[in-house]
Amino acid sequence: MSDETMTLFSPMLAARLDALVEKYPVRRSALVPMLLYAQDEIGYLSDAVTSEVAHRVGVTELEVRNVASYYSMLRFKPAGKYNVQVCTNISCMLRGGFEIYERFQEELGIGHKSVTSDGLFSLEEVECIGACCWAPAIQVNYEFHDDLTPELVPGILDAYRLKAKTEGTDAHA
Amino acid sequence: MPRLVSHPDEVKIVSQRFGLGADKIDRYVELGGYDSAKKCLAQGADWIINEMKASNLRGRGGAGFPAGLKWSFVPKQSAKPKYVLVNGDESEPGTCKDHLIFLHDPHAVIEGTIIAGLAIGAKLGFIYLRGEYRYLLEIMEKAVADAYAKGFLGKNIFGSDTEFQIITHSGAGAYEVGEESALMESLEGKRGVPRIKPPFPAVVGLYGGPTVINNAETIATVPHVIAMGAAAYAEVGSPRNGGTRLFSISGHVERPGVYELPMGYNLKKMIFEVAGGVRGGRGLKAVVPGGSSTPVLLPEEIDIGMDFDQVGKAGSMLGSGGVVVIDDQTCIVEFALRTISFYQHESCGWCIPCREGTDWLKKSLMRFHAGFGEAKDIDNIQYLAENMLGRTFCPLGDAAAMPMLGFVKKFRKEFEAHLSGKPCPFAKHVEMAVI
Repeated sequence: MSDETMTLFSPMLAARLDALVEKYPVRRSALVPMLLYAQDEIGYLSDAVTSEVAHRVGVTELEVRNVASYYSMLRFKPAGKYNVQVCTNISCMLRGGFEIYERFQEELGIGHKSVTSDGLFSLEEVECIGACCWAPAIQVNYEFHDDLTPELVPGILDAYRLKAKTEGTDAHA
Repeated sequence: MPRLVSHPDEVKIVSQRFGLGADKIDRYVELGGYDSAKKCLAQGADWIINEMKASNLRGRGGAGFPAGLKWSFVPKQSAKPKYVLVNGDESEPGTCKDHLIFLHDPHAVIEGTIIAGLAIGAKLGFIYLRGEYRYLLEIMEKAVADAYAKGFLGKNIFGSDTEFQIITHSGAGAYEVGEESALMESLEGKRGVPRIKPPFPAVVGLYGGPTVINNAETIATVPHVIAMGAAAYAEVGSPRNGGTRLFSISGHVERPGVYELPMGYNLKKMIFEVAGGVRGGRGLKAVVPGGSSTPVLLPEEIDIGMDFDQVGKAGSMLGSGGVVVIDDQTCIVEFALRTISFYQHESCGWCIPCREGTDWLKKSLMRFHAGFGEAKDIDNIQYLAENMLGRTFCPLGDAAAMPMLGFVKKFRKEFEAHLSGKPCPFAKHVEMAVI
């Protein structure tokens, strides 16, 4: 995909994806990370994203959907600009993971896999994120927040609200 | 930033560079880094494999298979290229040790991968990180780029005629991909569905070539084994269980954290001395010794050494070294329900006993915890779990069934206390969010 005008992605991401397919012994190995990187920029795997990724990797769109549906981080619907992922698996649960999740539900007024009406936040109850010894923990997009209490929840949300304001309207930073 | 902990009983081998800035290549080299890879380059494949066998280093992912033996299964001659694949899909609930390795000591992973490559005659290694570990992937990518810039990776590593390349790779959310054959499928750009074994990966692995797959902690340990010498490393642990282990101690303890302790260290001591005992002076109810897939131990069963053989003898498994401590105010039915909800969510559906078993177990436990259980359900949970064991391609089915058997057998009274009409004695989270 050398013709840059044909891509959905920013020039930086397009260049990264061009390199990604070349780095493996077999082109198809780029598929899963490519979907994730594309989603990071576009927000979700739209039909257009699926189509371009299929073209770049050299597989059918059906095959792309088949693979994407296996992985829990990949989604076919938009999430919020900041996707709040609350771990409630055992180590987090024992130290108040459900209370953290409930507090986020209250503060945001949304439930599992829902998006706030302003599109700023989405909420997900997720499985173990590998922060068990610093539980309860969450991830907002890729950022970890450890050792939480329900009282810390509003402050975390405010910090992202502020970040969104200072960053302007850039989607999925 | 994950907090680092320390205790006088720790023997810091793998974690010796944590917190010392060793993610910077110059600092890593200053601390003796890459000397082991150079030594291995001079000594050759047979020497490396003999050292690894003598070290008694066993796989840190969970199965505990001797690393040297695994490497020795790779055929010397192969028409197809051979590969090293590092498993950093760390997803077993209760386990966060690889998180710290990638964060603090990424070059140890690279150096271990180079050594594994030299041992089996591979020219290419892959380091696979779970998708959620994006910031750690960026640290690994930087470390790999730095190693290339120094000539430690590339066509002529350390100025020799030997080639070794490393590719870093991101997953996108899947516990099952931690199983080695599913990991290869995922790396090939497919759904992470397990493969039938045999053939084993050492013979037919990634892209059909012979492949050695090791957990990130195992690989990060390799340079230290070479640096210390196999005999000295083996000496630290218990019989047939060489060295140390990064134990992730979580749950209801005063000082949760990742502690590096010798293999065979007493579990009771680990909880009450190293991790400061049960939080808030409460009583101990149960301990999950090796990640959520390992059967629970009762307080009277924890006076044991934490190595693969001793925990096995106690009826559980050392697994991934994730010690989850549960206090006496916790509802075991709820804990069992959260555990099975995870496996139900992660089951890929390829094998029917796992797909249906995890789903029915979750449904039974949800109903049970909500107070609508019947006495026969307790036996039914056991029956379902027993019929999953050994009937699936990958260990996910076993991983889901084994802890359920432990809960039902050891906490039958608590299950009975949940029977119809009686609310949960701990009355928390009866209506659980359903993932």
